[in-house]
Amino acid sequence: MKRPTITKITAVLFSLTLLGAAAYGQDKPIKKDLKLAFVPKNINNPYNVIETGGSMEACKEMGAEGKVVGPSDPSASSQVTYINTLITQRESAIVLAANDPNALIPYLKRAMAQKITVVTMDSDTAPEGRTIFINQATSEGIGQGQVQMLAKEINNQGEIAILSATPNATNQNTWIKYMQEELKKPEYKDMKLVKIAYGNDEDQKSFTETQGLLQAYPDLKGIISPTTVGVAAAARYLSTSPYKGKVALVGLGTPNQMREFVKDGTVKEFALWSPADLGYLAAFAAAQLASGNIRGKEGETFSAGKLGTRTIGKDGVVILGPPTVFTAENIDQFNF
Amino acid sequence: MRETQSNTRRLGGRVSWEAILALLLLIAVVGGTLLNKDFLTTDNWANLLANFVEIALMALPLSLIVISGEIDLSVASMLGLSSSLLGLLWDAKVPVALGIVVCLLVGALCGALNGFLIVRFHLPSLAVTIGTLALFRGFAYILLGDKAVADFPPEYIAFGIGVVPYTFIPAPFALFIILAVVFWVVLHHTTLGRSLYAIGGNQTAALFSGINLSRLKMLLFVTSGMISALAGIVFTFRFSSSRADNGTGFELSAIAAVFLGGVTVQGGKGTVTGVVLSLLLIGIINNVLTLADVSNEILRIVTGSLLIVSILLPNVIASTRERLRLMQRQKEIANLSATSATK
Amino acid sequence: MTEESKSAYDKQGWLNVLVRSRETSLVLLIVALTVLTTVLNPRFLSPQSLKDLMLNVSIIALLVLGQTVIILMRQIDLSISSIVGITAFFSGTLFVNHPAIPSMVVVLLAVLAGLLLGAVNAALIAWGKIPSLITTLGTLYIFRGANYAWVHGRQVNAVNVPGSFLAIGTSTFAGIPILTWIVLILLVVFSIGLRQYRAGREFYAIGSNPNAAVLAGINVSRLLATGFIISGAIAGLAGALWLARFGTVDATAAEGIELTVITSTVVGGVAITGGVGTVVGAVLGALLLSVFSSTLVFLRVPSFWQQAFQGAMLLLAIAVDAYLAYRHALRSRVKWSRV
Repeated sequence: MKRPTITKITAVLFSLTLLGAAAYGQDKPIKKDLKLAFVPKNINNPYNVIETGGSMEACKEMGAEGKVVGPSDPSASSQVTYINTLITQRESAIVLAANDPNALIPYLKRAMAQKITVVTMDSDTAPEGRTIFINQATSEGIGQGQVQMLAKEINNQGEIAILSATPNATNQNTWIKYMQEELKKPEYKDMKLVKIAYGNDEDQKSFTETQGLLQAYPDLKGIISPTTVGVAAAARYLSTSPYKGKVALVGLGTPNQMREFVKDGTVKEFALWSPADLGYLAAFAAAQLASGNIRGKEGETFSAGKLGTRTIGKDGVVILGPPTVFTAENIDQFNF
Repeated sequence: MRETQSNTRRLGGRVSWEAILALLLLIAVVGGTLLNKDFLTTDNWANLLANFVEIALMALPLSLIVISGEIDLSVASMLGLSSSLLGLLWDAKVPVALGIVVCLLVGALCGALNGFLIVRFHLPSLAVTIGTLALFRGFAYILLGDKAVADFPPEYIAFGIGVVPYTFIPAPFALFIILAVVFWVVLHHTTLGRSLYAIGGNQTAALFSGINLSRLKMLLFVTSGMISALAGIVFTFRFSSSRADNGTGFELSAIAAVFLGGVTVQGGKGTVTGVVLSLLLIGIINNVLTLADVSNEILRIVTGSLLIVSILLPNVIASTRERLRLMQRQKEIANLSATSATK
Repeated sequence: MTEESKSAYDKQGWLNVLVRSRETSLVLLIVALTVLTTVLNPRFLSPQSLKDLMLNVSIIALLVLGQTVIILMRQIDLSISSIVGITAFFSGTLFVNHPAIPSMVVVLLAVLAGLLLGAVNAALIAWGKIPSLITTLGTLYIFRGANYAWVHGRQVNAVNVPGSFLAIGTSTFAGIPILTWIVLILLVVFSIGLRQYRAGREFYAIGSNPNAAVLAGINVSRLLATGFIISGAIAGLAGALWLARFGTVDATAAEGIELTVITSTVVGGVAITGGVGTVVGAVLGALLLSVFSSTLVFLRVPSFWQQAFQGAMLLLAIAVDAYLAYRHALRSRVKWSRV
């Protein structure tokens, strides 16, 4: 009988170690009485309230102490004060939806130096500022999906505009980048992006920006609004104007806010994910990191309560799942 | 008569405003320590002191302006303009050091515009600075639009978030202390300072006593412009973020600190010490509440209430004293007529 | 001597007359801007954009009515944006909790709420003797903070508001939105009230010369209080109309609007030093600023220029007002104190 080669033995041992590590991560329980802090982009936004609600629910399941703190205005400099306070209060972990990819890095690094786990969700920072990023879906998928949805409704031709949130929001700019790349494809050659407007996640500003878009660009055929505040405000304006049905609107919105506009024909379809699940997953990721069960490396897996086992991808990114598309047919099944 | 006596507000004619502030400060510190075990850590105090640095910087020249009977509401907009300009220049590959100099000069120019309109054309400072508040912020937006510039060189960021070597004191705060001392010396130990009190007390009399009103006020507004620009630079490095809307709303906090510090609305009274104490007080209260996870929203209510109470209380005390004195006088008259009746 | 001054008076050219009649110059500016924009983008005069313009201006014009009364008295009211925010959310909450509530009741309750908040200002200013700048700065903070704390991430959605109420913000009568009609009617009421009634004239008197007003027997405290209560009530009405116009109200509703309102009022001829100006002029000022920002949008100029323009207009208006006061003083041989 031939003796097994060194390579084979090493391979077997190696895979056993990996399995062991994976099982290790899955079996080890989450430490009790962790202090988790959730810092959304701003605390007055209904989407963020749902998101952090999911996080708090996760905390209850884990037996961890959770709290939601954050600014009223979605700016990075306002988030800094809260991060500093959380460092002083010696939280176990900070879960953050960042308003700017770079401005917060020095403060997050300080937190990590003090052994505080930093996880981002929804809107990322540059990778050196955090250990894990929970992305609601692949950014590429979100951007492409939005363009594809709109193109379908306007027959791949016409002027389009984007109504975004704040100009610096990491997630917004990432998605817009993928949208612009998607638009370069030959099948969209008759579609032209004429303007990116910013509603700052404020209802009234989004409303008047939509108004402005339609006034300044008489040939506008479609609007993409990848923000729940923006798409709701735009839909409201369109539904009481002569442009209803003539200018297509797609975006990322919550079913409850968009229901009446889908029913009255202003909007045919839009997408989103479950913000509550996003917050829930982020809480578990942070807790597992803070308990020392995982280290945030690619390939590691961890258990996330009712969302099952999750794997960490490249650059510490964990994907929640594909977005849901809402239409008149399925919108009544959802309540958030 | 001692200088401090004529320049300090006194509650009830006896207790100086600064003394009350110091007492409140003590209560706040004690309260903070009792309420939260993390309060007295160097970490926390580093945050505390750094948090209000920009507002503190702007409050210094603002207090002098209010003492002289004017007001400057455009300070936060000059901060924003300076921050935007700094970002714009850095984005255009201009060395940061040069950018800083340009920003300070632009700040001085903005202040000069304020001064020009207020001094030369005798326009009311409240209205003018509401106008320049919009104008300068508008310039900031025109310069930078919706963009943000974030990747400043690490040496400058290090100043923004760093501390004075061997201490926990944030570097920007040290800068503030140095400037505060300068302002203190100028206000309380120079002729210029005395002239400011004179102008605030009675402009006509000051004019007739030979004080060059125009030059003095112009100097104040230019200084306000430069210091606001400096605050903008500090802000940019502290948050490594240059944006057109930086500092929006800061003027309200600066004004609150000035009035809470004992500077009267009509002018002519107030001290730098008082303003520094009130800045610390507001900073500590904000910090204690934040540590207790009191929401941002409540903090706004607290700042607004402090502002109002700081004026309401002296008024109430003064009118109560007035009433008591009146009752006393009436009693005396009654006694007098009683004694004269018996005669 | 009289002959010389008489001819000097006559020699004043059309420029002077223009400058002196603020209303005329405002109307001319508005017409000029409209013509310019329509030539470059004909959609400016389309029914939808005119309707949008009228709706946009209406709420600001309403707030301008209240602010005029205040500024006439040489005071200022910065807290209106917070009052509008609270009453807008309050109106929405009334509909959410009592879906069958009649719209009139909601409007009345909103006005009442605004009135009460204005009364807080009135008490602090008239009784507490705190200068209005500081008081309303403080209440701006306090009311907005209370608003944030009350709303806390929730919002009122258009779905919760009855269609009949929202119709105030969308349907028109004779081509003009109902919301605008409401404001126009109030404009007439205020205009007559300030000009023909003694109480109205007394507002002017207080701003013109506070000491003389006291000596003339005017109850300054009472008028001050009345002014701020009126301003609060107007802001309350504006809150209800905000809900009708926008349908969705969150914690940031109307934030920052106070600056636009004050700028509109001063540009409209109500001097910040008090005692001068008309509500008609003030509303025209609001219209001018609205038309200008509309112009920017239609001409695809980035809206960033808007704030700078507002600031410049305010400075220009103040300078013109001061110049006019100076000329008036010269003409009436009043000693012009340059201190």
